[in-house]
Amino acid sequence: MRPKPPVYDKFRDVQAELDKSGAAIFHDADGVESLIIRFPYSINYIHSYAEDSPFFLGLAEGRLRGSHCTKKSCGFVYATPRSHCMVCGSPTEWIDLPKKGRLHSWTTCHFGSEAFLKETPYNLALVEFDGVGSVLLVRLKDAVESDLYVGMPVEARFDPNPKYSITDVWFVPSK
Amino acid sequence: MPARAKKSKSTARRPAPAPRAKSGSSGRRVYMITGGVTKFAKAHPAMDFRLMVKRAYDYALKEMPGLTKDRIDGTRISYFSDHFSRQLKAASMVQDYLGMNPKGSVRIEWGGATGGECFQAAYEAVASGRMDVCLAAGYETMSRVATWKGNEFIALASDTNFDFPLGGFYTGYYALMVIRHIYEYLRLTRFAHIKDEREAQRMAIAEGQRIMSLVSVKNHRNALHNPYAQYPKKSTVQSVLNSEMISYPLTRDQICTMSDGAACAILTTESVAREFTDKPVQVIGVGTGTDTMRLADRPFGKVPLMPHEKAKDYEHLPYPGVHSFRAGRAAGIEAYRMAGITNPTKQLDFIELHDAYASSEIQTYEDLGLCKYGEGYAYTEHGDPFLKGIDYGFPVPNAGTMPVNPSGGLIACGHPVGATGLMQAVFAFWQLQGTIPKHFGDPTLQLKNPQRGAIHSHAGTGSVVTVSILKRGF
Repeated sequence: MRPKPPVYDKFRDVQAELDKSGAAIFHDADGVESLIIRFPYSINYIHSYAEDSPFFLGLAEGRLRGSHCTKKSCGFVYATPRSHCMVCGSPTEWIDLPKKGRLHSWTTCHFGSEAFLKETPYNLALVEFDGVGSVLLVRLKDAVESDLYVGMPVEARFDPNPKYSITDVWFVPSK
Repeated sequence: MPARAKKSKSTARRPAPAPRAKSGSSGRRVYMITGGVTKFAKAHPAMDFRLMVKRAYDYALKEMPGLTKDRIDGTRISYFSDHFSRQLKAASMVQDYLGMNPKGSVRIEWGGATGGECFQAAYEAVASGRMDVCLAAGYETMSRVATWKGNEFIALASDTNFDFPLGGFYTGYYALMVIRHIYEYLRLTRFAHIKDEREAQRMAIAEGQRIMSLVSVKNHRNALHNPYAQYPKKSTVQSVLNSEMISYPLTRDQICTMSDGAACAILTTESVAREFTDKPVQVIGVGTGTDTMRLADRPFGKVPLMPHEKAKDYEHLPYPGVHSFRAGRAAGIEAYRMAGITNPTKQLDFIELHDAYASSEIQTYEDLGLCKYGEGYAYTEHGDPFLKGIDYGFPVPNAGTMPVNPSGGLIACGHPVGATGLMQAVFAFWQLQGTIPKHFGDPTLQLKNPQRGAIHSHAGTGSVVTVSILKRGF
């Protein structure tokens, strides 16, 4: 036997009760009572970077790798690599990107997914490179909102303790 | 400014423009005869997704005396994410709860455009002759996880190799898009005379924030007259600007919220429509467009043109880049062509537009050809998308020219993803029928004699967009 869980008419209080005891009853404006419980879920995926692997292995060696289309009449150059060209479908080859670029766009995030809330505020940036047809999304560090502008010169930094994540590279304003 | 000059050098190779869809319709004429919506709310703890859909469905049937379940040949059911309720194959449970077994059904999902895709799937079921009557029903129960966990689930609909690990935050992606949009269309125009680059961009962003706030005020104040809306609010430009900064330059009141809600629409053939109602609404055009999942991959090519535009309008515009939604443009072109629309500003009377962000509403004005690329901010300031007869607290000289989101849109109604596109269909249907006063219990939002309206549904950073054109069928 278990006594009836505590009854609340504010949904916020229900959530607080779940944190405490794992069960609560919500009493709504129509007088309907709903039993609400905790339903946890977590999983570790066996995530393969597959054809993107060389990019992430490159970051761990301090290399920033894009790709370019091997078809002569196309030759599209990608900052965010893909192993086949989205324009003509030909296979691409790995290339080394310049480590210096410019802000194509930027933002400062004051919130984020639950997993990233503790890192706020953080900057996101799309970086453009000379001679490259697409851009790269990265974190931008060592700069605050008021420093940033479209066109700002930036350069890559690499994590000395790589985690095989896109966060192994970030950009900072060029000195 | 180096960025633009160097960009043109670095993008010598441009991918081909979006393919142009074949013109004209095929198949049978399709009509919407009824629909229903639950109130959208932060949380509906007393209803699970099955009961929410049932409530919307019962409302739709109550409107159509004589239409019974046995006349419905099958269903298309939409919801975005299995994560939100941790119930996979939940559409089966909706089908089951409505007592639709063993009729045919398909579950529809394509990010934020899920509801719009569901509407078009039902359209196709009827147009193809596979069904005479098809129920399109959708829902989302987003309250079952905390808000920032919900943001995480939504961000899992971005590339998990390259994008998600940077912050997992869609508002951040849209902020990146609008900073560039402001750069292209305010910095390089209104503030071209300012020499200091940082200063000029800062001024342009402040101007953009102010104009985005006009859109937010419009949608929140329209919703004061819509009883289904989650966040009706008598907001002001100042209150929008003062609301919490989420991802610079977007503030809380410029962004839609998480919601619980359901909506449904019943589509059918012309003869069945005439049997049940003297106020049917015809679906005269459908269009869909797509773009790269990653913002970073968007090319810098040429603008796909609408009939009322010229190539020289956009001679020097790298497109879409991250500033515009090529998928929205492609969807608009396809839907307009099928509906015979050569100038949307003249031939559409209103649009229910997917305004997940005030920024994306302004960007979409341009994608849908309501104004030229670059004119979205001025178009907003001139007041074209505003309603006549509503006090917004600032002048709107062109109000009523092209009402956008008369219902309040996603910003004020909420965005229970799988229901949203269908909610737009229901509100547009009621507009065209002239039954807004009856359904809203308030005549304020009823437009005068609208003949044609568009509904527009949009997924993550514009990776999928649908446009459907509805026309009064009586």
